[in-house]
Amino acid sequence: MNKVLTHKDVLDHLESNATIGIGGWGARRKPMSLVREICQSDIKDLTVVSYGGPDVGLLCAHKKVKKLIFGFVSLDVIPLEAHFRQARQNKEIEVMELDEGMLQWGLRSAAMNLPFLPTRIGFGTDVLTHNPELKFVTSPYEDKESFIAMPAIKLDVALLHVNKSDEKGNTHIIGPDPFFDDLFARAAEKTFVSSEELLSTKELGGKDGAIFNRFERSLVTGVVHSPCGAHPTSCSPSYGFDIQHLKEYSDSAKSFNDYADKYMNKSHQDYIESVGGIEVITKIPLPQF
Amino acid sequence: MSDSISLAEICISQASKAWQDDGEILATGIGLIPRIAAGLAKLTHNPDLMMTDGETYLISEPSPMGKRDSSADQVEGYMSYSRVFENLWGGKRHAMVTPTQIDSFGQTNISVIGNYDSPKIQLLGVRGFPGNSINHKNSVFIPNHSKKTFVEGEVDMVSGMGYKNKELSNGIFEIKRVVSNLGVFDFNGKNNCMQLLSLHPNVSVDDVIANTGFEIAIQSDSITSMPSNEELVLIREVLDPQGIRNTIFGE
Repeated sequence: MNKVLTHKDVLDHLESNATIGIGGWGARRKPMSLVREICQSDIKDLTVVSYGGPDVGLLCAHKKVKKLIFGFVSLDVIPLEAHFRQARQNKEIEVMELDEGMLQWGLRSAAMNLPFLPTRIGFGTDVLTHNPELKFVTSPYEDKESFIAMPAIKLDVALLHVNKSDEKGNTHIIGPDPFFDDLFARAAEKTFVSSEELLSTKELGGKDGAIFNRFERSLVTGVVHSPCGAHPTSCSPSYGFDIQHLKEYSDSAKSFNDYADKYMNKSHQDYIESVGGIEVITKIPLPQF
Repeated sequence: MSDSISLAEICISQASKAWQDDGEILATGIGLIPRIAAGLAKLTHNPDLMMTDGETYLISEPSPMGKRDSSADQVEGYMSYSRVFENLWGGKRHAMVTPTQIDSFGQTNISVIGNYDSPKIQLLGVRGFPGNSINHKNSVFIPNHSKKTFVEGEVDMVSGMGYKNKELSNGIFEIKRVVSNLGVFDFNGKNNCMQLLSLHPNVSVDDVIANTGFEIAIQSDSITSMPSNEELVLIREVLDPQGIRNTIFGE
């Protein structure tokens, strides 16, 4: 079994109008090399599901987003995501704005093959006002309480970035927080992972490594070797987020051409060279709060 | 020492009191002043509080602001985002946050300013505010008390619920304390209206009224009590030795 693909190969599994989920959180462990590949393709009108960071912003800047299902979009060190803001303020995208726990519930519901999961979260807020498609369900038990029936968020494709993988799609996320990547994988028809390291199964470390295996290889359709593939987001414990680059990226919202000329429409290898190379990126310290 | 007490230090001291009766729960202070305040609460009136390092671990002592040797942190537990959600759904948390807008119902907004379908300013998105507000108590720190933050009518996009819908939270919804650059408040006035508890030095009741977009009750117009010497030592030498707090009001 060999699931190793190139960045370009992944595009064969993606169509315009698809619903894609992107793992990571804010400016952390985003599959940015895969996101850049989409930006450089003809694919458009995507519905994007994300705990959003520059993945969402970059797709917005390339006019790839029809609809965003989200709880927030942020670059962490730069709280507001300039490209997302611009797209939203220019009315370029539809949104389904949810509490970040509701978003998890939607993914979990899809992961469990359930049509919905009940929650109180959202009551008393304009999340309900602006998502009139959300319906309600009454407890069949004595309490008879009413809940929001958070619908399953089914994904055509999930894109994740991991620390290690073998050719079969046995992946390790060794940063301390796996975020909700496992649920993205379970909610998706197909999951593609980009990986810092591509190793033999033996090199994954047996029992000691297996605790970092957050979801089964049967969920993984393809593996792309992508050293520093999360740049400019962080990939703990290997590198932190590139604050200088995030600033340059953020400032480029006003005129994106200079940024695009410098960093887009390149192979992953050329992109990494354009931002300083692997040696420089892997020296970026992890953020401290 | 007391001659040079800063407004930031007064706010930190007052904000820390939000957690004093909470027992063993997760204290989350989001932003500079709330975070130092949560640390101060843990080091003074509520040592049972749980607290994170700002990332993924629960630590035994609050971490100081600014650069530190995080390998020296005494880690006592794990608090990934998934665990944060599990914890907050169970209600064992009290967060202090800084919404962009708050209204007379205690409803908060961090989503958009202006019309939702055509936002004047897109902010973060609702993040965890709907879930936080319906599942556990919250407090608020506002560094720029004005009619733009304490708004007339309702906030532009209700991200955190308010007292008008309290029954939907099984009675859990509560804004415990509001600390601003002008004074200290809670929502324990008649019909849960916001009420003034104390005024910071050199602030008048008229200043507060003129800068608040809705009617408030005046429970007291006394001057906010100053941080104790113990609190000042903890703030200055333990929690924020680099003085990062001074940036919040340009002190």
